[in-house]
Amino acid sequence: MRRDLVTSVIAVLALTALLGIAYPLVITGVSQVAFPGKADGSLIKRDGKVVGSRLIGQDFRGERRYFQGRPSTATKYAADATAFTNLGPNSRDARDTFRKSLRSYLARERPYDRGLIPAQVPIDAVTSSASGIDPQISRANALIQAHRIAAVRDLSLQHVRKLIDDKTDGRSLGVLGEPGVNVLELNLALDGRR
Amino acid sequence: MLEGWLQIALFLVVLTALVPVLGGYMARVFTGERVFLTPLVAPLERLLYRLLRVDPEEGQDWKRYARSLLVLSTLFWLALYLILRTQTLHPWNPGGFHSGTWDVTFNTTSSFLTNTNWQFYGGETTMTYFSQMAGLAVQNFVSAAVGIVVVIALIRGIIGRSGKSLGNFWSDLVRTLLYILLPISVIGALVLVSQGVIQNLSGYTAVHTLVGGNQVIAQGPVASQEVIKELGTNGGGFFNVNSAHPFENASGLTNFLEMLFILMIPAALTYTYGRMVGNRRQGWAIFSAMLILFVIGVSVAYLAEQHGTPAQHLAGIHHGGNLEGKEQRFGIANTALWASITTVTSCGAVNGAFESLTGLGGAVPQANLSMSEVVFGGVGTGLYSMLIFVIIAVFIGGLMVGRTPEYLGKKIGAREVKLASLGALFTPLTVLLTSGASVATAAGRQSISVAGPNGFSENFYAYLSQANNNGSAWAGFTGYVQPDAGNLGAKGVHLADIMGGLGMVFARYAPILFVLAIAGALAGKKVAPAGAGTMRTDNPTFVALLIGVIVLVGALTFFPALLLGPVVQSLTTNLF
Repeated sequence: MRRDLVTSVIAVLALTALLGIAYPLVITGVSQVAFPGKADGSLIKRDGKVVGSRLIGQDFRGERRYFQGRPSTATKYAADATAFTNLGPNSRDARDTFRKSLRSYLARERPYDRGLIPAQVPIDAVTSSASGIDPQISRANALIQAHRIAAVRDLSLQHVRKLIDDKTDGRSLGVLGEPGVNVLELNLALDGRR
Repeated sequence: MLEGWLQIALFLVVLTALVPVLGGYMARVFTGERVFLTPLVAPLERLLYRLLRVDPEEGQDWKRYARSLLVLSTLFWLALYLILRTQTLHPWNPGGFHSGTWDVTFNTTSSFLTNTNWQFYGGETTMTYFSQMAGLAVQNFVSAAVGIVVVIALIRGIIGRSGKSLGNFWSDLVRTLLYILLPISVIGALVLVSQGVIQNLSGYTAVHTLVGGNQVIAQGPVASQEVIKELGTNGGGFFNVNSAHPFENASGLTNFLEMLFILMIPAALTYTYGRMVGNRRQGWAIFSAMLILFVIGVSVAYLAEQHGTPAQHLAGIHHGGNLEGKEQRFGIANTALWASITTVTSCGAVNGAFESLTGLGGAVPQANLSMSEVVFGGVGTGLYSMLIFVIIAVFIGGLMVGRTPEYLGKKIGAREVKLASLGALFTPLTVLLTSGASVATAAGRQSISVAGPNGFSENFYAYLSQANNNGSAWAGFTGYVQPDAGNLGAKGVHLADIMGGLGMVFARYAPILFVLAIAGALAGKKVAPAGAGTMRTDNPTFVALLIGVIVLVGALTFFPALLLGPVVQSLTTNLF
């Protein structure tokens, strides 16, 4: 028993030093040298100021000159206090939230995409993501919003579609995950061309 | 749709291909053979033995093996509690966080010690980087290693030739950490960083958004913790939304790798087992039983999620399946696959919201947990729990053909069967007692956030997950009220925190003791040569029998609870 106690005390200290201090610090050091941008969160700077991260979605508040990300009903794109919505399959709140999201999507896009009917609204446009900071939307969603962006920014639809193509992340290695359009990068590209 | 099935199939192929490679490697580590890492790791290994003052060659019988394990776990429990309660003194605390309340800390400490990683706290709003690295992540390594060494001790008991020794706990622990968990973590962490998972000690980043708003982006040493959280089937997220957070899980590729990290050791241990008992078919038989049950679950979950939910249909959205609580880059297939992986193993990390799954889709995690984490299961814990069911299946098979049951040449006597039954029933009993006590009292029900069957599931799943040392959640269930970030003014919910914490501790260590006792009992038995009357345990008949026993025990125990939660939800279109 005494031997076990002594050994355990030393083990707690030694393993904490090795696995809890040395290991993460070495990984941090190597990462900061080898992958500095990515280790720090893939931050994007414009005019020397950080305007976001390519991995973290941002709230564009329904402004018409910007592509809009997915609804973030629980956290409003807070990236320092993430949370699930926890809206269940048989939840009244879920139904009401979906209805509201669908209505506001149609209200925003229909003036520019006259034929748009509810059955064409992509599912990612009316559901909250898990993280609440999903950086992507589906291509179908972006292509609908393209009508509005082209009209508001006085661009050709073709040009906006090309920008969407540029900012689409395909499946990793061509097979893994789902393709998606990076909303922040797309909006930065729109702002960047004047 | 086709792409989804293709990705699921690809994952299974890669996993199966990894099994003999990693499994063979682990067998060599535990039989003391030379491996390619020996020249690099052996000096550090010897240094640790000298520091710890242990002789790695000294054999321990089951009681001494268990005693070393329990003493170390107790001291680590105290150390972690101390770390989490002294947050104001920590270095690397850019958020200036205070300590959590005593009851939540009791729950969190018990949770990480037992490889559960149930989280009543949100990482980025309550934990200092020091707590994450030196407190929580250390337990991710150690609790995983403890699970692995127990199954290795059991294997030694099964193959032991009339000796008493199960090996040396300290040497098994050190070798697991240095030869298996740490090397894979180092490589895995760097690969994750190269794909966008963050690793820094900076403060949170203030951002001026394009529309003139402010956003604060949480940072931290994530990758080093992410990889071991998965590799050790721990599951505790650095961030509150766990592996749904883009900084924990940045792309389809990181998602694929992280799913592999979760499942590779539990799957490969079956091969390690086959190799160590000298009959690889025994290992593949167990792997097959696990794989069959796993594939059924994944398929049901994926099909169910493509159907969408009643709430969605009543809002006039009839297409696209259920994407609520799921990330665009993972989609339905990878969220369903992950949900199955994380619940057949005792991992509990999530890349989507369980509470938002469809009724039938949500039945899959609940059914997986109801099978007591034997389908792959946690690292080590899964295989030893499975071997308990193997003993029970052998016993039942023996009764049916009227012969004395024996397994791998060892007679299974009354003592082994009693211990195995205790081991198989202890966790389900804990689940039923704690979830029942919670849902029957006002003090328990205050943790539930929604009405109707999903509220029942929140409560049932909370105790199911904790007692099975899984850690995933119907996350509306709360044990913690935090008005501001950083633990200021926080209040714990006593009953949920303490009963859950006790459930985790008892359902972790009692089965470990039963398993080590079985190992001790088996180690002393002589090996009888297999005869014509020996029931084979490496053929499809036995695999079917084993699956039958697992499903029967799980179903008989939990069917009523599953009816009240997910089954009701998948049968009704009513809203609550």
